[in-house]
Amino acid sequence: MARTPAEVLPTAPQQAGSPPQAPAAPALEVGPSPHLGTSATTATIMRDVLIGLTPVMVMSVWFFGWAAIVQVGLCVLTCLGVEAALTAARGRSLTIMDGSAAITGVILGLSLPWSSPWYVAVIGAAVAIGLGKWVFGGLGFNIFNPAMVGRAFVMLSFAAALGASAFVDPDALGVLSQATPLAAAKEAAGAGLPSLTALLAGAHNGSLGETSILAALLGGAWLIWRRAAVWQIPAAVLAGAAAMALACRLAGFTSLTVPEQLFSGALVFGAFFIATDPVTSPITPRGRWIFGVGIGVFVVMIRVFSSYPGGVMFAVLIMNAAVPVINRWTIPQPLGWRPKPQEAKA
Amino acid sequence: MSTTATKNAATFARGIHPGEHKQWASDAAIEVLPTPAALHIALLQHTGAPCVATVKPRDPVALGDVIGEAQGFISAPVHASASGKAAKEAMATLPNGRHVPVIPIKPDPEQPLSGRELYEDHFGGVWPTTGLDQYEPKAIADAARAAGLVGLGGAAFPTHVKLLRNEKKPIDTLVINGCECEPFLTADDRLMTEAPAPIVTGALLALHATGARRAVLGIEDNKPRAIASLRAAAAGTPLQIQPLETKYPQGSEKQLIDALTGRKVPLGGLPLDVGVVVINVTTAAALARAVLRGKPLTHRIVTVTGGGIAQPRNVLAPIGASFTDLIAFCGGLLPEAARVIAGGPMMGFAVGDLAAPVTKGTSGITVMTRADLAAADETSCVRCGRCVDACPMNLLPTRLALAARAGRADLLDRYHIMACMECGSCAWSCPARLPLVQLVRVGKLQLRAAQSK
Repeated sequence: MARTPAEVLPTAPQQAGSPPQAPAAPALEVGPSPHLGTSATTATIMRDVLIGLTPVMVMSVWFFGWAAIVQVGLCVLTCLGVEAALTAARGRSLTIMDGSAAITGVILGLSLPWSSPWYVAVIGAAVAIGLGKWVFGGLGFNIFNPAMVGRAFVMLSFAAALGASAFVDPDALGVLSQATPLAAAKEAAGAGLPSLTALLAGAHNGSLGETSILAALLGGAWLIWRRAAVWQIPAAVLAGAAAMALACRLAGFTSLTVPEQLFSGALVFGAFFIATDPVTSPITPRGRWIFGVGIGVFVVMIRVFSSYPGGVMFAVLIMNAAVPVINRWTIPQPLGWRPKPQEAKA
Repeated sequence: MSTTATKNAATFARGIHPGEHKQWASDAAIEVLPTPAALHIALLQHTGAPCVATVKPRDPVALGDVIGEAQGFISAPVHASASGKAAKEAMATLPNGRHVPVIPIKPDPEQPLSGRELYEDHFGGVWPTTGLDQYEPKAIADAARAAGLVGLGGAAFPTHVKLLRNEKKPIDTLVINGCECEPFLTADDRLMTEAPAPIVTGALLALHATGARRAVLGIEDNKPRAIASLRAAAAGTPLQIQPLETKYPQGSEKQLIDALTGRKVPLGGLPLDVGVVVINVTTAAALARAVLRGKPLTHRIVTVTGGGIAQPRNVLAPIGASFTDLIAFCGGLLPEAARVIAGGPMMGFAVGDLAAPVTKGTSGITVMTRADLAAADETSCVRCGRCVDACPMNLLPTRLALAARAGRADLLDRYHIMACMECGSCAWSCPARLPLVQLVRVGKLQLRAAQSK
């Protein structure tokens, strides 16, 4: 049946939508559902991560003083500067306020020794943002954890400044005169490892942010509570590391006990703050477990079998590379999914 | 037996807590809309084939007369929702974007039923809970069809199709859906609180019609008054009242069945594939009225709510009344009104034309304010996984969205795009403000186009 426009129900202008006695009709808009949304944004999540990093930063300053402030400050400023420069170069809107570059800077700074020269921090931070993030297209597109890319670069470029000896100041008093626990364990099996209490509190030598396990756990609990990090990844990292540590100890490859492995080095800090970087970790729930267990296993393997005392950085980078394939292996089955009947034709 | 909110209530996996926003209209008792000056009754108000008009211009019609005849099995007739005079068939655009033929009716000044009488005719009087097996199962389904009953929760699927027994797929569980999980909406809550008796009677009729052994009414535990009222009305009957966690989308059919029975409706399948039929509470009440009183579906309860309406109310309105009529009855729009939604904010459609008529599926009119809609710019997906943790269908929404943006039909299929019901949980959760549901809709079209090549 053909219809002329005159037969069409009158499409009233917006004024006709309100009754005569109503106040002047407001301008109405349309849009797709859902018409409600959470108040969280990427920037608020990043802010929660920075808040979660605070206990570790405070303990770092407590133990290492100005060195911690200078290293972290240099890294953060460089990261923000490079981020701003590269966003401008690519003609994008400025993203430094989203907090992600600052987080990269803080994590990189906390992963350096107190003694590393200023140019190590600056170069590491520039590489982290430039090579680690922007060559891939910026936030959301990078494959590897930017802070770990930066740290790997300076570690290989300035081996002496970041090696085991860099942590030790023979003239200093207290913890700075001692080797880091894992370096000590590497040198002489079981010798010189601090008590578990000292490991938990952080009263020993090490990278700026790795020494206080309790501070990392406190900040990590905040991250999980705020959903700024998924809980499966830290749980899986610690479980994987514990299993591997137990296996290595039972097999006689190491003298370190499972608690000593878990509470030394950057394992706990990395489990909560590095491995949980959402961009470079799997998106599927099962994938998060595989990724985390892989990191935990590699950390202990590197500590026990390689020439490096610590393994978090390489373990994270190795598993970052595996994320695309993990995601593909672990596509979840939708509710009500059933395998397609193969014998349908038979 | 007036247990209120229960901890550890049954529920489904994942989902979101978008805030209830029910306070606007949850205390407003159901009121009857005065007969509007004009009605526009759509000939397609249900899922299925459109009706064909059975009245000619200037024909007199009486309240309840059939004015559009159902075509085919999955269809439902439409009835005059007032006595008056029919006019020439015209076209209207429903809020969901469909252009449908409508029959205009000019109501008479004197109506057989109005005001409190109309309310009592719908929900008052005696609603028996025994002796209902005097009705043949087939007769119950036939009465539903004759009354033009469709799912009143919003999907508007013809009810008689669900009630007819299917020898190959027997039903053992009847689920009555009283979740009303959409934020803002309170129509079902008010009906359950004010008039539980027709719901119970309708549920027992559906139980008898389907031959199910068990009848359970699922209701979110944010409605303690309704739960108490239903429990009192259902005492001594086989209908079990089961509070559920208040979580969106608890009232989605597949999620509700999972929460109550643990059964998973197969993808692309129907509840009857797992021996279940789901009927909304308002539909159950309309079924009781259709079977016991022979009355067709001519009115429905519409929640008019939100921060942008002067007097939020729950209104018993004739089908075919315009959004304008309902908004005027509720005091008009406030200056801060920014978006008018047919339904609730999670799955409802924004209304571009307030002259659009209320249909059988119009559960509410939600008037959102500028503050409700506070928009932020889209940023990059950081794969935080909140959409994954929210998706009640266990999909990877961000993957679907990015595949749709890239036009990759193969990826859309690999990530099971057709399992998405567009509930909006992912988009609600997204901190990067990706238009996930919109992209999924585009993706479904892309996949269909690719598959039809």
